[in-house]
Amino acid sequence: MANLFKIAVRNLFRYKRRTLLTVALIAIGVIFVLGYVSISGSFKNMMIGQITDSMIGHLQVHRKGYVASIENLPLNLNLKPQAVKKLEGILNQQSEVEAYSPRIKFGGMFSTFVETTNVRLNGVYPEKEFKTIPLLPSRITEGQKSLNRGEILIPELLARGMKAKIGDMVVIVATNQDGSVNGKQFKVGGILESATGPGGRDGYVHIEDAMEVLRMGEMEVSEIAIRLKDFGKVEAFTRKLDSLLSGEVTKQGKPAFEVHSWEQLSPFYNIARMIDMMTVFIQILLIAVVLISIMNVMIMAVYERIREIGTIAAIGTLPAKILSMFVMEGFCLGVIGAVIGNIIGMAIIFILNVSGWVTFDFGRQKDLVLSPTLDPTNMLVISAIVIFVSVVASLQPALKASKMEPIKALRHV
Amino acid sequence: MSLILAENISKDYQVVATKVSKDYGGGEVVVRALRGVSFEIEPASFVSFVGPSGSGKTTLLNLIGCLDKPTEGNLTVVGTDVLKLDRHESAQFRGDNLGFIFQDFNLIPVLTVYENIEYPLIIVKNIAAGERRKRVMAVLEAVGMADQNVARARVSDPKLVLADEPTANLDSKTAYTIINLMKKMRDELKSTFIFSTHDQRIVGEAEILYSLADGELVGKQVKGGRENG
Repeated sequence: MANLFKIAVRNLFRYKRRTLLTVALIAIGVIFVLGYVSISGSFKNMMIGQITDSMIGHLQVHRKGYVASIENLPLNLNLKPQAVKKLEGILNQQSEVEAYSPRIKFGGMFSTFVETTNVRLNGVYPEKEFKTIPLLPSRITEGQKSLNRGEILIPELLARGMKAKIGDMVVIVATNQDGSVNGKQFKVGGILESATGPGGRDGYVHIEDAMEVLRMGEMEVSEIAIRLKDFGKVEAFTRKLDSLLSGEVTKQGKPAFEVHSWEQLSPFYNIARMIDMMTVFIQILLIAVVLISIMNVMIMAVYERIREIGTIAAIGTLPAKILSMFVMEGFCLGVIGAVIGNIIGMAIIFILNVSGWVTFDFGRQKDLVLSPTLDPTNMLVISAIVIFVSVVASLQPALKASKMEPIKALRHV
Repeated sequence: MSLILAENISKDYQVVATKVSKDYGGGEVVVRALRGVSFEIEPASFVSFVGPSGSGKTTLLNLIGCLDKPTEGNLTVVGTDVLKLDRHESAQFRGDNLGFIFQDFNLIPVLTVYENIEYPLIIVKNIAAGERRKRVMAVLEAVGMADQNVARARVSDPKLVLADEPTANLDSKTAYTIINLMKKMRDELKSTFIFSTHDQRIVGEAEILYSLADGELVGKQVKGGRENG
């Protein structure tokens, strides 16, 4: 085997320019794919992070039927205190859960005493909410990065439109579950940067203030947002929680809860899927480049070495060994191309990270600096694809060489 | 009974050809390169097939070398009915029993001289490194660097060595050197040597001379009192 390998490598160096060009083509393909996978992957992860860590959380639990009517923020579909207690009991026992935050979501009127408009609000426990969606404090562009009783965090577009400033007193008026209307005065404690996605333009008040506005005797929450210790386990944990809660039924015997992962709650999931699909297409493109270039080189190699093939066949080299010699050449081309591509790709990604050149806007969030990262698994998968395709591409010419009649090959001029 | 006899006869000779014919082409245009050639060659013989171009020398050597198969007739080489061998078995047979001396040297360009000589021992016979080195050095000592072609043919101790016009492109001095090397190799290894030639300078060096004309065997000369058949 080592000798076949030695002959294969020497044959590659026999046509230095051609080998160099082929290796360069493969390496460039690998660099492009790595660059694309790294940048698009980082973009995707960053966006998912923005959505889950600043609004949605990794998954949410609602009362059955709430999500279908979520645009109306129906108070009559809130989770009852007993259900909340049961749910919290279950969540406290789950080792995968890092934090969770109960929320009362409601719509109301926002008045600065001069102007009035509508607003969507979340009543939350600030400590729990900040743990569940850790990017929320960073969205507070003005004011303290906290939320106290009697304070309200308002979205920046609302603040700008209503000319509300930090420290201003405003009034929130909301319709209660029984249809009556109640109001409460709040101090503007912070201005929130808008975020793209559901809930990105909601305001925040303390959950006990929300209960007061809504005249709730006992706490009824609209949803519980959950953050897991490992984002990679969202799908599995969603299934697990769903099955844990499947036994909880209403008096009518219908399921009491519904569990949704961020993928089911955010439209960005479809964009994330599109990015994944585009990555697959880019990989197919790489496969085509490698396939064509290696096949071309190997076919030329076979035609140029017909007499040589005749000689080695005549002196007793078995057809399988002749096949191996050519496949080994293709394999070596693939390995060299993949290694060089990986090294240069890593260097480029490193430079991009150090320079911070890649910036982008996501909705109203401007100049987000992308930090592309290379996943070793991606590098291994791409290298494995390149090497596998190189071997496959060299099979046809190699088979042709191994099936050559020695007598015809020896006569070849 | 007759089958056992035929096998015994074959084993007494290195090559037994019985009414061997070879046709090329097909349909209306058929070229009869060999027409019912029969002969036997004893072990350790130094045999030459002579004849003008187109007489069938190369075709016959290709058949004996298992590089091609007869259209008709029987051919036994080193006790093996070569007609029954498939591609893989033919290659194996060539590697195990035959040595080739090519007219144009046919060395593998990416290998050094040493590696070219060593090649049959590695790729074909799979011999261990220490033994390989010993054998290559021994061959180089015997043959010298002058003819790597002969050295490569000799290194695997073949039972039968075939050379198609081995001196065609050589000057007289080198041609005699090659022939003498081949004879020395025959004497040392007791290998059978079969070569084709129309080079008058070396025709006289063969101990058994078969003459071919238009694909037929037209004569046989035995020198040095070695008569057979």
